[in-house]
Amino acid sequence: MSEKIATREAYGQTLAELAATDKNLVVLDADLSKSTKTCDFAKVCPERFIDVGIAEQNMITVSAGLATLGKHVFCSSFAIFAVGRAFEQIRNSIAYPQLPVTIAATHAGLTVGEDGATHQAIEDVAIMRAVPNMTVIVPADAEETRQAVRQLAEYPHPAYLRLGRLAVEQILPADYQFQIGKGTVLRDGKDAVIFACGLMLGKALQAAEQLAAEGINTAVVNMPTIKPLDSELVCRMAKQCGAAVTVEEHSIIGGLGSAVAETLTENCPIPLLRVGVNDQFGQSGKPDELLTEYGLTVENIAAKVKEAINRK
Amino acid sequence: MDTLELQAKAKELRQEIIKMITAAGSGHPGGSLSAADILTVLYFDKMNLRPEEPDWTGRDYFVLSKGHAAPAQYAALALRGYFPVEELNGLRKLHSRLQGHPVSSKVPGIDVSTGSLGQGVSVACGLAKGLKIDKLPNHVYTMLGDGECQEGQVWEALMFAAHYQLDNLTVIIDHNRLQIDGQVEKVMNIEPLDKKLDAFGFNVLLVNGHDIEAIQNAIDKAKTCQGRPTAIIANTIKGRGVSFMENQAGWHGTAPKPEEAEQALQELA
Repeated sequence: MSEKIATREAYGQTLAELAATDKNLVVLDADLSKSTKTCDFAKVCPERFIDVGIAEQNMITVSAGLATLGKHVFCSSFAIFAVGRAFEQIRNSIAYPQLPVTIAATHAGLTVGEDGATHQAIEDVAIMRAVPNMTVIVPADAEETRQAVRQLAEYPHPAYLRLGRLAVEQILPADYQFQIGKGTVLRDGKDAVIFACGLMLGKALQAAEQLAAEGINTAVVNMPTIKPLDSELVCRMAKQCGAAVTVEEHSIIGGLGSAVAETLTENCPIPLLRVGVNDQFGQSGKPDELLTEYGLTVENIAAKVKEAINRK
Repeated sequence: MDTLELQAKAKELRQEIIKMITAAGSGHPGGSLSAADILTVLYFDKMNLRPEEPDWTGRDYFVLSKGHAAPAQYAALALRGYFPVEELNGLRKLHSRLQGHPVSSKVPGIDVSTGSLGQGVSVACGLAKGLKIDKLPNHVYTMLGDGECQEGQVWEALMFAAHYQLDNLTVIIDHNRLQIDGQVEKVMNIEPLDKKLDAFGFNVLLVNGHDIEAIQNAIDKAKTCQGRPTAIIANTIKGRGVSFMENQAGWHGTAPKPEEAEQALQELA
């Protein structure tokens, strides 16, 4: 088993690495730098790190000013505050003028854990996905995060990067190449396809393994970019497999599941089931307990795959 | 330009404001007219600009945080030569660059998209902080409405400006004392504004926002102040220059009818 690393850790490390080479890089935080890991950047590059205090709306909008000057801007807070508190600032001051700011939000999803529902963003992808000009990326592991951060530092558009608190295993193969807007087939199959993102990718692969033991040949596709969705790949795999399941640590409303459903409905309708948080708030608990409580499990994914296949 | 010429230019700005809002059939005359003298001083006297090269890196920045006063900024830009004055007739019309609120990617001379109150001042803080990081001498100006100061984000931004000692930032408050629902004092009192700004760490200047020379002096003083940002509270009259619009909250967001526009233009002739 590989060493577990949270995507937020990989984010902070990568920013710190980029500090030496990208002199235009500026990083902002709203008093959570030790948690979001922007503190790693602050340590090596204090002159280009800006703490705005507990003021997320100001952080997002100050970022707009910095980007107007041509800076490569990353700004971080917890997903619930970055997206929830500062939604309209993101929409009107970042996305509308198409400024190259990456909102790198950590502590997304249920696996925030004990802090409870107030701190568990389960609708952030839905909100960001609805905003024109916005790119939405949900990395599955540390390496995918490193590659995403490096690409976003040069990316000339607004972006939302969704990161987690929980340490996760390295899921993607050593030769994995992340590309904004592209999905990757990690396991081919013909009976059903699972589209997954974030920390649920590992569980999707485990579910496919279990199903294989029962003679069900399930493809698994990593979908780190929720917007723009790799519709071509989604449709190709849908046609190949004839049944699909989406898996994400997010509400079933508006996230990967919705994005895939929209594409399939319009282009190649097949049975589709969504695994995610079923339109309800989270609660306090250990991350693994919460994932189990809300059905984000290998067993549930496998059951949903079988159900989707039965609906063919 | 001397004072008389600037006064004449401000009058021209006001004429264009009335004409374009009338042609559009909607818009915000009251707060555009109250801001006209300050914008005239900034665009025709105090700011370093190159209209023929809008993206010149040596330019000063202006952020219209009260984005609904876009007609005043459009008039200043057109009269300063950023784009043809005739284009002002396209204000608020389909496919026009001159959107109801300013858009940075569309209009030469507009550096920042604004319109949602409270955000422009934060963008200005980002500009000023970024210029400080690069040790560049450009100055950043932003104009807020007094009603806008009711937005909590304004105070987040002001705190930031003082904390990071942004003496390259000048915040101008167009204090015309009226907002959509009526008198600022009655809707949600923001006074004592000068004391609040002082307590937030600003160099505070009070000025008659229709006195060209007083505005010039205040802007000069702001630029020489070191170690802290300056706030200029400009006492103004909403609708200034058009008798029937002056001090009337009803003219915040209403376009004049053609006959009203005619009278307004006669008064501004």
